[in-house]
Amino acid sequence: MADTTAPLPAAAKRRRPMADLKKQPGFNQIAWGCIFILYAPIIVLIAFSFNDNRSVVLWTEFSFRWYVEAFGNEGIRKATIVSLEVAAVATVFSTIFATMAALATTRTQPFKGQTLAYAIINQPLMIPEIVTAVSTLAFFSLIKQLTGVNGIGYLMLAHTVFCIPFAYMPIRARLEDMNLTMEQAAADLYAPPLQVFRRVTLPLLMPGIVAGAMLAFVVSLDDVIITLLVAGPGETTLPIYILGQIRRGITPEINAVSTLLLGLSIAFVTLFFLLGRRRK
Amino acid sequence: MPVEPSATAGAGKTASSRTMISVDRVTKSFGSGNHLVTALDDVSVKIRENEFFTLLGPSGCGKTTLLRLIAGFELPTSGQILLDGEEIGHLPPYKRPVNTVFQNYALFPHMTVAQNIGFGLEMQGKPKADVDKTVQKMLAMVRMEHLAGRRTDQLSGGQQQRVALARALAPHPKVLLLDEPLSALDLKLRKEMQIELKRLQSETGITFVFVTHDQEEALTMSDRIAVMDTGHILQVGDPKEIYDRPARRFVADFIGDINILNAEMTAVKGDVGEVKLASGATITARLSSASVQPGSVSIAIRPENVGLCGVEDAARTAIGTIENAVYFGSGTNTHIALDGGGTIVARNSGETGAPGERVGVILPDRHLQVLID
Ligand SMILES: Nc1ncnc2c1ncn2[C@@H]1O[C@H](COP(=O)(O)OP(=O)(O)OP(=O)(O)O)[C@@H](O)[C@H]1O
Ligand SMILES: [Mg+2]
Repeated sequence: MADTTAPLPAAAKRRRPMADLKKQPGFNQIAWGCIFILYAPIIVLIAFSFNDNRSVVLWTEFSFRWYVEAFGNEGIRKATIVSLEVAAVATVFSTIFATMAALATTRTQPFKGQTLAYAIINQPLMIPEIVTAVSTLAFFSLIKQLTGVNGIGYLMLAHTVFCIPFAYMPIRARLEDMNLTMEQAAADLYAPPLQVFRRVTLPLLMPGIVAGAMLAFVVSLDDVIITLLVAGPGETTLPIYILGQIRRGITPEINAVSTLLLGLSIAFVTLFFLLGRRRK
Repeated sequence: MPVEPSATAGAGKTASSRTMISVDRVTKSFGSGNHLVTALDDVSVKIRENEFFTLLGPSGCGKTTLLRLIAGFELPTSGQILLDGEEIGHLPPYKRPVNTVFQNYALFPHMTVAQNIGFGLEMQGKPKADVDKTVQKMLAMVRMEHLAGRRTDQLSGGQQQRVALARALAPHPKVLLLDEPLSALDLKLRKEMQIELKRLQSETGITFVFVTHDQEEALTMSDRIAVMDTGHILQVGDPKEIYDRPARRFVADFIGDINILNAEMTAVKGDVGEVKLASGATITARLSSASVQPGSVSIAIRPENVGLCGVEDAARTAIGTIENAVYFGSGTNTHIALDGGGTIVARNSGETGAPGERVGVILPDRHLQVLID
């Protein structure tokens, strides 16, 4: 009995909580500094999108004037439609491929080269985007020359490809923490593999798929570098249009469009998190 | 390897003697090379129609593996599994008329209680009206009618258990496999479910194969028990047989309290052996297997079968000194150091002596058993 109490002081010492990081000098200042640098420009952007004045430095009066003008602007309207079309197509296909890839890497016997498969699927995340962009441009030019086929399909294809890893991550995460016994229970209850997938795997996987699709949509909507190089004439997406306009000076109209784009992205990301939370 | 039960086995009232599952020399290994694990090593067992059959053994002995082989989630490395006379060892799970109650229930969270229960029937292609009728019947059977429309994640542990049972029983399988279905429940609920399970088994007449590592649960519920250790089935028999006539030292140790004495067997006469105890007394003990050879052996006797008497009593087998007596409510365990070596525990409800007192010990022949190691 006596010797069990002896090592107690040492144990107590080990149990003492780590020094609280929040109490370190300067912690608060640095944290607030970072948050300020991150969000101040965005707040300025949002504020001046409601400014009834051509200036982006002088505040005069609140108004929706720039939103009205943005909606009336043919260029912005066309770019928005192109952006949504490309994002929609890229989202659908990248999500389908990502789902198949996620199933193949989690619902099969471990196979040789599985790590390599992960690496290949996630490749677009690791290679600098400019490299992907340049190589895609060269590759597509070659195909265009050989086949003579042009069109927005190339841009959609490029977006689909770089969206796959983004869609893949939440789907695979969901599959990994989905209990395998659920699918075994279905098989045990006379469901052949296809029915197991349709009736059990797919419905349970849905939150992951939706999260993946939303992530892919946002990533496609925001892309600049690859789009800039791959997009042909008449295939200007919203970010590219904004970029073009900004070269001629910032206008409050661009602020308004950017604010809308931001709102859309926030809406999607929030939904993504809510769905992620609901699965727990 | 397994010790076949005697012809009188099969205490269960409903169990017939027809074989439902025959596991024939099945070996199952996982991994390869240095990581080779043999979960089941040349296991054979026959499970009868309508019986409540229990696989009992310590953690890691291969109970789940044997169940998964019968269900079809694993394929045997070698050997055959016959269901109702047909070889099923290589059929996928969905083609086997066998259902499982999983340890964590594995209910479908995106379906209601009724949809869960109907799933198997639906997959079998039964018409909707039949499915609904059976689902109602099953709901009534497990007394869950009022919760038919609930989502399964809004149920208590005991309710989930009932749904899992109803879901597995609804397609009326030939065999129901249950892998430690009660281990997640608290003691009171557990006792209730034990009775419930027995009721369901006799009502449906389905063969139950039940896995547990709780010997008491096994003894109270089973028609027959297979005791397993490290990939082997050591003994198969009805609870009384397993308890009164353990064949092996492991089985004797694993189930209940038991005294094991070292002794010298001098002769074999049919199914009994003549054994000389360390005290010098000669007794006859039942042989657990014909393969026991004369020589040094272990003999086993349950504490409640050990009698105490006066030192001069003619009935005594041995003499010893009381070391201590432990009272436990319904009786007393008396620990006695035997003259000539060894200690023995006697359990009785009456008076025993005080420590240091000399007593006579009676070891009735009919309760003595020679064990194989
Ligand atoms: N998929 C697997 N891969 C490798 N080894 C396995 C696998 N499944 C089981 N084993 C091994 O086989 C042996 C038997 O496992 P099993 O799960 O059948 O034991 P159990 O009797 O059910 O134990 P418990 O009471 O703990 O559930 C163990 O040593 C285990 O580690
Ligand atoms: Mg187990």
